[in-house]
Amino acid sequence: MTTEHAVEHGIHSPEMRVKINRIGLWLFILSDAFFFVALISSRFYLHGTYRPDDLNQALGLGVSIVLLLSSLTVYRAEVAASYGDRAATQRNILFTIGLGLLFAVGVGYEWYEAFSHFPPSTGFGTIFFTLTGVHATHVFSGLIVLGFLWWLNRRGKYSSEETYWPVEGAAKYWHFVDVAWVLIYPTLYLVS
Amino acid sequence: MSFISPFRFVIRALVFATIGFIIGSLLASLITGATGEPAEEPMLALGYAGALIGWLLGIGVWDVWAREWIGLQPRSLNAQSWHQYFRFSTDHKVIGTQYLVTFVVVLLLAGFLAMVLRVELAQPGIAFLSDQNYNTVMSLHGIMMIAVAVATIIGGFANFGVPLLIGADDVAFPRINALSYWIIPPVAILLLLTPLFGGFDTGWTAYPPLSTLGSSGTLLFLLAFLTFGLSSILGGLNFLATIVFLRAPGMGWSRMPIFVWSVFCAALISLTATQFVAAGLLMVMLDRVVGMGFFDSNRGGDALLFEHIFWFYSHPAVYIMILPAFGILLEVLSHFARKPVYAYRWVVASMFSIVLISFIVWAHHLYTSGMPDFLHIPFMVTTELISIPTGVIFLSALGIIWRGRLWLTTPMLFALAVVFNFLIGGITGIFLADVPTDIHLQDTYFVVAHFHYTIMGGEIFAIMAGIYYWYPKITGRMYNERQGRLHFWWMFISYNATFLPMFWTGVWGMNRRVADYTDNLADLNLIITGISFVMGASFLLFVYNMVSSSIRGPVAEANPWRARTLEWQTSSPPPEENFTTPPQVVGDPYDYGVPDSVHAVVSPSGGSSDGPAEGADRGA
Ligand SMILES: [Cu+2]
Repeated sequence: MTTEHAVEHGIHSPEMRVKINRIGLWLFILSDAFFFVALISSRFYLHGTYRPDDLNQALGLGVSIVLLLSSLTVYRAEVAASYGDRAATQRNILFTIGLGLLFAVGVGYEWYEAFSHFPPSTGFGTIFFTLTGVHATHVFSGLIVLGFLWWLNRRGKYSSEETYWPVEGAAKYWHFVDVAWVLIYPTLYLVS
Repeated sequence: MSFISPFRFVIRALVFATIGFIIGSLLASLITGATGEPAEEPMLALGYAGALIGWLLGIGVWDVWAREWIGLQPRSLNAQSWHQYFRFSTDHKVIGTQYLVTFVVVLLLAGFLAMVLRVELAQPGIAFLSDQNYNTVMSLHGIMMIAVAVATIIGGFANFGVPLLIGADDVAFPRINALSYWIIPPVAILLLLTPLFGGFDTGWTAYPPLSTLGSSGTLLFLLAFLTFGLSSILGGLNFLATIVFLRAPGMGWSRMPIFVWSVFCAALISLTATQFVAAGLLMVMLDRVVGMGFFDSNRGGDALLFEHIFWFYSHPAVYIMILPAFGILLEVLSHFARKPVYAYRWVVASMFSIVLISFIVWAHHLYTSGMPDFLHIPFMVTTELISIPTGVIFLSALGIIWRGRLWLTTPMLFALAVVFNFLIGGITGIFLADVPTDIHLQDTYFVVAHFHYTIMGGEIFAIMAGIYYWYPKITGRMYNERQGRLHFWWMFISYNATFLPMFWTGVWGMNRRVADYTDNLADLNLIITGISFVMGASFLLFVYNMVSSSIRGPVAEANPWRARTLEWQTSSPPPEENFTTPPQVVGDPYDYGVPDSVHAVVSPSGGSSDGPAEGADRGA
């Protein structure tokens, strides 16, 4: 496509590109949400509101708080990027990655404990390992994206207001992963 | 070297895929080896995941996309030569053509498998296939045809057509678009490999416990299905964003061609419902490979859960197939009857109500599965409710034909056949929606005949209409009209003669998915087999016409049908940027016969050799 043509069309302008990317991300989130809905409804279909007593409630609450805090830091990274504040962006991306890793370690410890109480071959274990595992996969993909962003930001890729879309997109995705956990946490730990 | 160079990305992709497979399966053997013997199925599953990533990087994701992630400049692999069909091209016309050619080939392969089934079914008893092989052939025929039904329109025609019909120069996410195509070849390879791993006998529906127990071929099938689902989710996302944002200036929602509306609605389903089948397939794989207990009642699971999840996708999926088929139908009818789409707004409203209602009818597949009885009546009611918007679309088709001056070209003949076939498919569907009759007809050839009337008689005939209709635009050459019409009558008559008798064999109790049947149905089955081969042969004429015309056919004009929509207002085939200057939409697309009305102003250099189409009302 010729650039002249593109400019006339108005659809290849940077503002339009961000609009399109934004709706693309929202559509992806809508789609992905259906996946979680399928898994969460399976939990209620198979086991109603049954909940084993040996869930580690303190740890469950702890990792939830860690993940909620990471939503705050990723939001700060997004705001900093929109102002072109490279150092603050860098710092908050790192905080988010740290909190995300802490969350992953927490979930890992939960898995270690869960293996002895309700292993994946049992009814509740099936649901528990699948839901937390699928969610952890989302967390890990988010961490990889944040890692790339940290690397690119260090090289000054997102130094201006116009180019910070990748940071905004990653932040929105991270919030989504967070909201998904906010639904998964009561599904596994609280209902009874 | 010059022979290899066009295929160098494919070769690189295969090498990367092999490396990916080795890494993935080594990882799996390390993980499983830590707790016991290295297990085969985890190695296959993780190996495949690695192979898929390797394949995609090799075919061009690395050059076009991944370089950007580490701060390098990405480079485009688009080019003005046929070489770009064998790599990660982001031109929607190339991708549309890739989809179309791929899935016509899949259609022929799956059709060949159907012929194999018909030979086995020519006489009662087991003729030459074992039960296991029969099941594998039947299952492969099923899943391949489902793929054809889903991807030919939403991947092929939608890709080639939608940006042109809305006056855009490409889709919203060209790279995701190319990705959605290039994850298809691994699907095909997996399915072709299943016989080497013991085949699979679940049918395309993959019900557990069969799918959690069968040979490793079943795992390959599950992985293939899951990957295909990913492709259709990405396709859906892309078309929604494209249609929302990239319409040409002046193309308000009410000026959008009906085919674009139908793709929009199908994309909504594709984007959302497909996640359910993905979740269901993942759960089956977790049961199989990791030993979880979703569907195993010994482990606290319930096999019926899968049927709910599966049909929550697979009923709406029927509308991913049939809604764009309706779109093509109304499009072709309108252009060749020289009349507007009758009740345009009602049709659009009906398509949206179909999308909504399609999410609350799934359990009509579970009447005989042991679902609680009190759910029968609600699902029967919703299922019958969906026939109202479907009926509106059907009436719109009749309204276009009514007193129109029909130009009976090959695409128009196929479109008219869709109306005929879908009427039979729709009426016989009522007996399957109603609980009392369904309990008798469930799992018989009545069901087989019914869905072949809707999906083959409805959708495949619409695909044929679409192929002939857009052939000159895609290839730049004209197909042979006499051969096209011969193909139509040949296929139409033999198709009906093949599938109509199956309603009777079904009513008399012939079971589907079984290689054998009772002796009293021998004569009828022999006749069906004979005619089915006549139908199969009609596709050879079709392929001959397509291939020979693309080489020697007369060069096509920009607008051979004198149609008003935008794709015909640019050259055949269109230039890389589709329109040399952006079109300006100023009127409705279907106002045939309205004096001085124009759909769009396209500059003459846009390639239309006949100028705008409004004055070219054939026969008026
Ligand atoms: Cu259905």
